[in-house]
Amino acid sequence: MHEPLDPSKKQDQRKSPTGRDFNLVGKPFRRVDGRAKVTGQTRFADDLSFPRMVHMKLVRSTVPHARIVDIDLSEAEKMPGVLGFLTGESMPNPFGILPVSQDEHALCVDKVRFVGDPVVAVAALTEEQAYEASLAVKVEYESLETIATVEEAVATPEPRIHDYGDEGNLHKKLSMQFGDTDAGFEEADEIFEDVMYFEGNTHLPMEQHATVALTEEVDRVTVYSSTQTPHYLHRSLTKVLELPASRIRVIACPNGGGFGGKSDPFNHEVCAAKMALKLGRPVKISLSREEVFYCHRGRHPVLMKIRTGVKKDGTLTSQHLQTALDGGAYGSYGVASTYYTGALQTVTYNLPKYRFDSIRAFTNKAPCGPKRGHGTPQPRFAFEVHLDKIAHSLGLDPAEMRMQQLVPADSVTSNWLKVGSMGLGKCIEAVVEGSGWKERHGNLPEGHGLGLACGSYLSGAGLPIYWNHMPQSGVQLQLDRSGGVALFCGETEIGQGSDSVVAAITAEVLGIDLKDIRLCVADTDLTPVDLGSYSSRVTLMAGNAALQAAERARDLVAKGAAKKLEVPANELVFAEGRVFHGENPEVGMTWQEAVIEAESRFGTLGTTGSYIPPRSPGRYRGAGVGPSPAYSYSAAVVETRVDPETGVYRVEHVWMAHDVGQCINPAMVMGQIEGSVYMGLGEAMMEEQVYRRLPKKRSNALVHKHPSMLEYKSPTFADMPGVTSYIIEDPDPNGPFGAKEVGQGPLLPMMPAVANSIFDAVGVRVDQVPIAPHMIRQAIEARDKGKEARFGPKKFPEVDFGTPLRVPTPEEGGDGKAINIEEAGVREGTGTMTERKDAVKGGE
Amino acid sequence: MDSQDQKAGEHQQVFRLLNVNGEPHQTGFSVHHSLLEVLREQLNLTGTKHGCELGECGTCTVLIDGQPVLSCLELAAECEGREITTVEGMMNGNDLHPLQEAFADLGAAQCGYCTPGILVTAKALLEENPEPTRDEIVSALAGNLCRCTGYHKILEGIEWAAAKMRGDNDYTPPKEAIYGDPLPGEGGSHA
Ligand code: FES
Ligand code: FES
Repeated sequence: MHEPLDPSKKQDQRKSPTGRDFNLVGKPFRRVDGRAKVTGQTRFADDLSFPRMVHMKLVRSTVPHARIVDIDLSEAEKMPGVLGFLTGESMPNPFGILPVSQDEHALCVDKVRFVGDPVVAVAALTEEQAYEASLAVKVEYESLETIATVEEAVATPEPRIHDYGDEGNLHKKLSMQFGDTDAGFEEADEIFEDVMYFEGNTHLPMEQHATVALTEEVDRVTVYSSTQTPHYLHRSLTKVLELPASRIRVIACPNGGGFGGKSDPFNHEVCAAKMALKLGRPVKISLSREEVFYCHRGRHPVLMKIRTGVKKDGTLTSQHLQTALDGGAYGSYGVASTYYTGALQTVTYNLPKYRFDSIRAFTNKAPCGPKRGHGTPQPRFAFEVHLDKIAHSLGLDPAEMRMQQLVPADSVTSNWLKVGSMGLGKCIEAVVEGSGWKERHGNLPEGHGLGLACGSYLSGAGLPIYWNHMPQSGVQLQLDRSGGVALFCGETEIGQGSDSVVAAITAEVLGIDLKDIRLCVADTDLTPVDLGSYSSRVTLMAGNAALQAAERARDLVAKGAAKKLEVPANELVFAEGRVFHGENPEVGMTWQEAVIEAESRFGTLGTTGSYIPPRSPGRYRGAGVGPSPAYSYSAAVVETRVDPETGVYRVEHVWMAHDVGQCINPAMVMGQIEGSVYMGLGEAMMEEQVYRRLPKKRSNALVHKHPSMLEYKSPTFADMPGVTSYIIEDPDPNGPFGAKEVGQGPLLPMMPAVANSIFDAVGVRVDQVPIAPHMIRQAIEARDKGKEARFGPKKFPEVDFGTPLRVPTPEEGGDGKAINIEEAGVREGTGTMTERKDAVKGGE
Repeated sequence: MDSQDQKAGEHQQVFRLLNVNGEPHQTGFSVHHSLLEVLREQLNLTGTKHGCELGECGTCTVLIDGQPVLSCLELAAECEGREITTVEGMMNGNDLHPLQEAFADLGAAQCGYCTPGILVTAKALLEENPEPTRDEIVSALAGNLCRCTGYHKILEGIEWAAAKMRGDNDYTPPKEAIYGDPLPGEGGSHA
C-alpha cells in the first residue's frame, strides 16, 4: 500500500526484531517529500517571492572589537533604488536563544564584537542595489583590545567583551563533583592523564540562510525562514518587535541542511521582519556564503584535560575532566554547550566517581553554538582516545576493555542520568566481528591500522530551553469524510526526514496509506508548538505526540465502526486502509467508511497528542543538561592507511553500528548513519573554522582564514570510504514503537576512531582534530628522536575552579541533590538554562 | 552586441531568447547577470539552487547543450541559441526520470538542496556513458558537494537508474543500502 521501494520488485517484508508486525514502521518507504525534492518543487526560503518584494543586505563589522563612533548613511541614501535603513537603536531589546544569555541585538548597539557583527540593514528594490548601498554605508569605529583564544580570555579579564558572565571574559565557569573522586583515584592501580584539543568547525549547510518577511496589518508580520527552530524565533521576534506573539507568524521552510547551524534566532531574521513592518512591503534577505561562515554557531574549539583512575583489569574508578571552550563573541547555546562537554561522559562506561570542570570564554570571533552532537563530540574524542591509550598501556584489547565497563540498561549514572535501553554492547560486537578486529587490530603491517571508538547521544533533551510546564511537542489530527487525515505539527524538516517520521507513525496507527496524510508543519499560526529540530528530539518527541494523537483518532473511529459492525471497538484492527474484526477480517469496512461512521456519530473529528519527557532524577544545578528520554549508542571501527614518509593518510573503510531502538524507516536510518560517518570524517581529517589576525596597522582584525567552500575543506565524493553499517534495534520504552535517535549519534565515534587507527598504523598519537599529515609526521619525527611519540596540546590553562558543587552518587546513597550549595557558591535549582523561580514569576 | 540591447540605470540591459527545457523564453536582464540569476529570478525556475555563487559547490549545475555547467559562473547573455536543461526539465510528463525515481526511493535526497545539481550532472553522465563504473561516477560528481548523505546513496541511486535506463530490470540496489548490513552473526563478516 505504501510506495514500494521498487514497484517492479518484491521487497522482503522484514519483521521488526521485537517480532511485532507493523504495517509500515520498520520497512523502507519513499519519504513523503521525496518526489518534491527530486523535481525541484521543494520551496526553500530563497525560492519564495511575493509581489512588490524588496531586498535587504546587512552592513557587517569589518573590525573584531570596537565601539561604534559614527554611522554615516548620507552617501548610501542617495544610491539608486534605496528604500530604507535600520540601525541598532530601532531595536533596543536584546535577544538570544537561552534565557540566561540574552546578549544579542538585531543590529549592534554601541559595540561590535566580531568581524561580521551586523551594524546596519539596507533595503532596496533589487538585491544588487541593496548590496551597492551597503558598501556606501560608512561606519567609524574606535578599536578595543581583542581576544583570540581561551588563554587570552583567562589572562585578560578587562576590558570585557560583555558586561555579564561568570567573571571577566569567562562567560561560564563551573565545577561539579559526583561522589568522592579522590577516593576513586586512590582505589586505582594506575592514573592516566591526557591533554587534547578539538578544533572548531562549522555546519556548512549547502543552503545559505534566507528569510522573507511580509506584513498583513500594521501590527502583523509573517516570517518565512530557513530555521530549525521556528518556535524560538517566534519568541525572539516577539521580544524585539514588541508585538504580541499572536501577531507574529513564523513559517520554517524546509531547510537545505541545518546540522544545528540554523537553530539560533538570527539578526537577519529579526531585521527582515522589522524592515517589512517599516516599509509595508515583503522583504527578502539571502546571505552570501561568506556571511554564513560568520553566522557560524558551529562546533566550539575545546581544550580538554582528562585524568582517569584505572584498575589493572581496566575497571575505571574515577575521572576528572576539564574542558575549556572558545565561545566566540556571543552566548548562543554556549551555557548548554559548556555543560554538554561533560554531561554525557557517564552514559557509556561505568564511571563511579566523576568530576567535571569547565569554562567557556568570550572571544572576538564568530559565535560558536550547537553543531551535530552539540558539545559532546569533543569530550567523546578525548575519552575514547584516552581509553585506547589506557588499554594499550595495560595490555588490554580496547574493544574487550570497553565491553567490560558498559553501563547497564535501566540504571542511573553517577551524575544522575537515567539510562533506559542500552545497545552499545551489541554495537561493539557487530563492528568487532565485521571488521575482523580480533585478528587484525595490532597485527597489521606498518602503515595500516584499525581504530575503535564508541559514543552515545540524546533522543531529545529532557528539559526545554525556557522553563515551562507545557508540551515539548504537539500534534493535531483532523479527519473527515474524505478519508484524508490532516496532520498539524510544529516540527521542521531539515533534511533528516521528520515529516516522514510523524506521517509514518500516524499512518501506522490508522492503518492507512501515507499518501492519505496531508502535512502542515512548522507554522506558528497553524501548528501546535514543537520546540524545533535540534538535539535529535523529533522522532522521539514529535513521534510520541503523533502516536498519541493517532491512537486517539483510532479510538474515535473504532467506536464509530464498532457500532455499525456490531463488534467490540477494542477488537478492531486498522490495516491496509480497512477497519476490520481481528478474528474475522471479513467483518469490516474501508477506513473512509469508518471515518464517515465516526463523523456521523461524533460530529467534526479531531484529536491532539502531546509529549512531555519523564522527569530526570538529578536535582542539582546543572542537572538540566544531559537528561534524555532515551540514549542512542554507536560503535565504529575505522581502517586507515598512513604513509609514514609523508604522514598522508586515507581512511579506507568504516564499520559503524548504531543502536536506533527501532527503525521507523531503515532507508532513512541508513541515510543518517552514512551522513554522520561522512561529517565525522570531515571533522577528523580536514574541517576547521579558524581565524587569523590581520597586521596591527590593518586593524588587528581577527578574520576567518577561509570563508569559502573551496578552502574550507570538506569531504567530496572522492574522499568517502566504504561504509558497512549495522542497524542495531534495542527498543526503548520511551520511544515511539521503541525508536531512538540516529541523526547525531553515529558522528561521535568517528573522530576518535580515526585517531586510534592512525596509532595502530604508525604507533604515534595525534591528540587533536582535525588530523593533518604534518602532525603525524611531526609525531613520527619526535619518536625517532626519542621524544614522546605524540602531536598535540601540552597544557590546560591555569584556572581556579573554586570548590566544586558536590553531589553524592546513587551508589553513595545520594538523593540527586548537591550537598554544598553555599560553599560552592552555586544558586539552587536544576535549571542551567533558566531558573525555575524566575520562570514561574514570568521573567526571562 | 545585440541591437535590442539598451542601457537601463547603470547596468546595460540585454534581451535574449533562451531555450530552457525545450521551451523558448524571451528574457531581459542586466548584461552581467549569471544564468543562475536569470533562471531563478526571471524565469522563476527555482529548482536550480545556489550554495556559493562562486563556482565552488556544484549546487547550481545545469546542462548546456548536454554538458554540466556551473550556472553561477555562466553569463546568461551568452546562452542564446543553446539548449539549457534544469531539474525541472527532467520529468517526462508526470513521470519521474529514472534518476529521480531512484533518488526518491533510496533517500539519496535528504535536505534535497544539492539534489538538482547532482541529478542533472548524473543525467549528462548516463547519456554519454550508460554503464559507468563507480570511479567514473565519482569523478563526474567530484565537483558537487553534499552535506547530508555521505554520498553513498547518491552513487547507488545513479547505478540503479543506469540499470533501469539500460533496460536491466533485474538489477536491484544493494539491500545493505536500505536495511544496513546483515549483522555478522546473521550474514557473515565484511572484513
Ligand atoms: S552556486 Fe556554488 S558552484 Fe555555483
Ligand atoms: S541532500 Fe542535503 S546537501 Fe545533499
